[in-house]
Amino acid sequence: MKLIFEKSVPGRHSSLLPPCDVPAFELPESRQEPLELPELCENDVSRHYTQLCQRVHGVNCGFYPLGSCTMKYNPRIDEEAAALPGFTNIHPLAPKASVKGSLEVLELAAKYLCEISGMDGMTFQPAAGAHGEFTGVLLIKQYHDARGDKARTKIIVPDSAHGTNPATAAMCGYDVVNVASAPDGCVDLEALKAALGPDTAGLMLTNPNTVGLFDKNILEITRLVHEAGGLCYYDGANLNAVMGHVRPGNMGFDCIHMNLHKTFATPHGGGGPGAGVVGCKEFLKQFLPKSALMEDGKGIQVRGFAGNFLVVVRALAYLLTLGKEGVPEASTNAVLNANYLMEKIKGSFTPAFDRVCMHEFVLDLSEFKKETGVSALDVAKSLIDNGMHPPTMYFPLIVHEALMLEPTETESRETLDEAAAIFRKLYDLAHTDPDYMHHAPHHAQIGRPDEVAAARNPVVRWTKA
Amino acid sequence: MTINPDLKYTKSHEWIKEENGVALVGITDFAQDALGDVVFVNLPEAGDEVVAGESFGDVESVKAVSDLVSPVSGIVQAVNEELMDAPEMLNSDPYGAWIIKVEQINDYEALLDADDYEAFCAEEG
Repeated sequence: MKLIFEKSVPGRHSSLLPPCDVPAFELPESRQEPLELPELCENDVSRHYTQLCQRVHGVNCGFYPLGSCTMKYNPRIDEEAAALPGFTNIHPLAPKASVKGSLEVLELAAKYLCEISGMDGMTFQPAAGAHGEFTGVLLIKQYHDARGDKARTKIIVPDSAHGTNPATAAMCGYDVVNVASAPDGCVDLEALKAALGPDTAGLMLTNPNTVGLFDKNILEITRLVHEAGGLCYYDGANLNAVMGHVRPGNMGFDCIHMNLHKTFATPHGGGGPGAGVVGCKEFLKQFLPKSALMEDGKGIQVRGFAGNFLVVVRALAYLLTLGKEGVPEASTNAVLNANYLMEKIKGSFTPAFDRVCMHEFVLDLSEFKKETGVSALDVAKSLIDNGMHPPTMYFPLIVHEALMLEPTETESRETLDEAAAIFRKLYDLAHTDPDYMHHAPHHAQIGRPDEVAAARNPVVRWTKA
Repeated sequence: MTINPDLKYTKSHEWIKEENGVALVGITDFAQDALGDVVFVNLPEAGDEVVAGESFGDVESVKAVSDLVSPVSGIVQAVNEELMDAPEMLNSDPYGAWIIKVEQINDYEALLDADDYEAFCAEEG
C-alpha cells in the first residue's frame, strides 16, 4: 500500500478558508521553503488510516499472547478518563493552582502504586520500561556515590533476564556479571554467592522470571545481595502475575520500575507512549528525579515534567475501577489462564519447565524441530494464518526454540480453548506437511519479510524521489 | 551438520586452528545453524588482548546477540575485516570465515577434538 506522502495531490485539502481580511504577512526567507506535508482531503486520510488498521493485528482484533508484553485488553473507560479536557488541555508550566486535579491524580496514583509495590516514593518521569530501569539503576549509583563507595563497579544480572537489564547496567557505567540459572529455572544460589563481593553495586531481577516461574529463594537472594553491600532492583515486567498478592518491597527489593502501559492497561506495542514509573524505599527517595510533586527535589531529571501524564491517568482509572479486590483478582486470573492454556497445549507441544507456572509459560520446541524440521519460527508464522498473534519467539535465550505465551486475564475460556486447538492443529500439520509451514503465513498481508536485509540495511525514513 | 576433522573445538562452539604459533578462531557450523542468519559481528582490534574463556566480541543474528568466547589467551594479530561487510560468510562458510588471528598464545581453554565435539553437539541437540 502507498504511504500517505505518495497519496498526496498538490492543492488538495480538507479546509475551506474564508477570504483573507487581514494584511498579508511576508515570511522571512528562511521560512519560505515548502514543508513537504502530504496534501489530502478528509476521506483520503480516513481511508488511509483505516487501511493501515486493517493490515495489523492488535489486541482489539484477536488473541495476542506475546510473552512478557502483557497484551491485555484495555478497558474503554480508561481511555475516556484520559480524554477528559481537564487532563488533555493543560500545560506543564501552568500555575499549580490551576491544575490541582491533575496533581491529585499523580498523588493518588503514587499512593496506590507504592501500596502495590511496597515502596515509599515514586517518580513518573521515565517514559517506558527500559527508561525506568535506567532511572532505577542511577538511584543505586547515586546511593553508593553519596556514601563515597567508589569500589562498586558491577551489577549482577541472571541469564534469564530481559535483554534490557544488562544494557541498562552498561549504560549506567557498570560491568555486567551474568549469573546462570539452576536447572529448575531459578537463580543458582551458589553462582550468585560466587559473583557477590565488595565490588557488587546491585542485582537486577525479574520475579516471576522470564520463564514464568516465581523464584522460591527470593528472600535468600535479596538477603545475600544486601549482605554484600549491594542493592536490589526489581524489573516490574512481570508484575501482572503477582500484583495485590506479594509486594517487591517485601521480597527485599530497594527500587523497582512498573510498566503502567502493560500492567495497568494502556494500549502499547506501537512505540508509545508508555510510563515506566520508578518506586523506591525511603532511604533512596532523596535521589529521585525532581517531579511535579516535589518542588524541592534536587535529583536527576530523566524526562521533562511528570512524564507521560495521560498514561498515569489511564493507570489510575484502571486501579479505581478494579479496586482493592479487583487488582489481586486480575493477577489470579492471569495465572489461572496461563496454567489452563499450558495444560491444554501440553498434549502437543512441551513446556520448558513442567510445573505450575505464573502468568506466562515457555514451550521448548527443540525436540519437535528435530522430529519434524519445523521450527519455532515456522509455528509462529503459521499462527498468523489462524488469526492469532504469535507468541514471543526465541526468548528467553536459555530455552532453545522457545515460544513464550502470556494469555493475560482478559481472555475468556473459549479463546484459550480455541488457541489450544490451533496449536494442536499445527502440531499435526507439522507431521504431515512441514513444507507448508516453512512458507507460512499464506493468508497474511505479507509473507516473510526479509529480516536479514531489514537488520543490515534498515530503511526507516521515506525520502521524496 | 559438518565438523572439520582438522580443527579443535570449544564447548561454546568456537573452532581453533593453530599454525606456527598463530591461532585462527571462528564459529562452528553447529553455532551458525543455531544462531540463524548473522547480521552483525562485533570484533576486537589488532593488538587487543584476549583471555581464554572470556568474550572477545559478539555476533548478532536475527534471533539474538551471542558472545564470542576466546579459546586461547594471547594478543590479536589480525581480525577478519571482510566480516564487517559480509557477516553472512559465517553462515555460508563457517570453517573458512575465521574471525580473529591470535599470537603470543599463553593459555588455552579445554579444547575438544572433532570426535569429542561431535559427541558434545549430539548431547546439546
